[in-house]
Amino acid sequence: MGVIQFKDVGKIFGPRDSGFVALQDINLEIRDREFVAIVGPSGCGKTTCLRMVAGFENTTDGVVSVDGTPIKRPGPDRAVVFQQFALFPWKSVYDNIDMGLRNLNVSGAERASRIDAILNLMNLTQYAKHFPHQLSGGMQQRVAIARAYVLDPDVLLMDEPFGALDAQTRVVMQEELVRLARKNPRTVLFITHAVEEAVYLADRVAIMTRAPGRIKEVLDIASVRNAEAWDSHEKIEDVMDLESFVHLRTHIWRSLREEKAAQHV
Amino acid sequence: MQKQISLLQSIGLGFLGLGCFIGLWHGLAVSGMVSNIFLPSPVEVYDRFTTLLDRRFAGATLQGHLAASFMRFAYGFILAALIGIPLGLLMGWYQLLDEIVSPLFDALRFVAPIAWVPFAALWFGTGIGGPIMIIFAGAFPPCVINAYRGAKFVDPRLIEAANMLGTPSHRVIREVLLPSSVPSIISGLRVSAGLGWQSLVGAELIVASAGVGYMMVQGQANVSTTTVMAGMVAIGLVGLALDSALRLAERVIQRRRGLEN
Repeated sequence: MGVIQFKDVGKIFGPRDSGFVALQDINLEIRDREFVAIVGPSGCGKTTCLRMVAGFENTTDGVVSVDGTPIKRPGPDRAVVFQQFALFPWKSVYDNIDMGLRNLNVSGAERASRIDAILNLMNLTQYAKHFPHQLSGGMQQRVAIARAYVLDPDVLLMDEPFGALDAQTRVVMQEELVRLARKNPRTVLFITHAVEEAVYLADRVAIMTRAPGRIKEVLDIASVRNAEAWDSHEKIEDVMDLESFVHLRTHIWRSLREEKAAQHV
Repeated sequence: MQKQISLLQSIGLGFLGLGCFIGLWHGLAVSGMVSNIFLPSPVEVYDRFTTLLDRRFAGATLQGHLAASFMRFAYGFILAALIGIPLGLLMGWYQLLDEIVSPLFDALRFVAPIAWVPFAALWFGTGIGGPIMIIFAGAFPPCVINAYRGAKFVDPRLIEAANMLGTPSHRVIREVLLPSSVPSIISGLRVSAGLGWQSLVGAELIVASAGVGYMMVQGQANVSTTTVMAGMVAIGLVGLALDSALRLAERVIQRRRGLEN
């Protein structure tokens, strides 16, 4: 199970009466094995939402819980994939992936077989002994995803995971993530400012307002995806050409543009 | 833009500087402007140096004195690293320890190692203990400060990554904080070795009964200025070798991390 719930969540950085109000009245429930993307203008607090689920940040108001348990601290049941990868530079690919497994109560043999399986799944087997700096950005992010997935977490938190990659690599990674998410579904909270990425990957997309961040609108993508059979198209560009895709994308764009306009008034 | 200087050129220029220095020194020494006892010529110092290598003076050959000095240095330096590095890391990790220890440490580190000589001799004797304590006083602060800086400047995302992977605190310190601080610790060790070696020879001038510093004091008593200078040369050479060795270690580690440009 992995149900994420935001209940009346607010976040103020600094003192309550004079600090910066980053988030206000956030209410959102992410169902088990649902893929939800949050999009919003920069500085709207979307990353803060993810960091509260991860346990890196506490709430000022309200409660963030997973399966009904309020979050107190970080833990391997909520694996995070960071924008800047955050791999341990002095550990090999293999040891990076092993780092979290060693903290679970798992036998040595099972650890080895789980690592081999995930290396295989992410096409990393031949790089097991490499160090992060010997790999390209895309490969490093693959390792970071493997490090998170190998824990078999209830919840996967991805903070603009493809933001630091070039356009081509980004597309490849998006396709791979879809492949991975369909094969082994997890509850995913995905933060991005790339609208197309959100529509392509997520079951639902939550649009946030600029600071103080609120959830403005939640769009159901999954029903359109299933009705229009997006998954029958193998390539991302084919999906992006579909009328239903363009329609959703434009809708989100307009919504975000209103936020931009509001900023200039 | 500055022109790149090749390794060969760099070595050449180093020798050029050294050559000019020795040339000037020699010129001044043989000019007759300065009495020979005030400033022996480089040739005489070189002769004395080689003589000291195979004839005993003040109880030992130059190698013997150097070995005695180096042993003391090694004890004090290793002790400083063994205590200083963990202390620095823990101060960087635990805020409370930092608040308790930092003011005391910051005050104590301004006391020059040589100022500890009377107490070092009183508490630990003039044999092995006293000089070790003085080296320790010189070598300890850079170990602490650099390990502390390394721990403070660790990438917070790496700590978050380790935490979300469920890593217990003692493993975060060993597997994230320590390796991430290694470059800073190594440069700390370089400074620390330099200061330790300097303070050791200073200490030996006063407390030891063997060692380069002791040899120099005996040279002074015998009005053998060449012995004193040969001692200075030996100290300089060993210091240079120490620094080069640690610099090499620094570079090897940076290369392994892919930090080298």
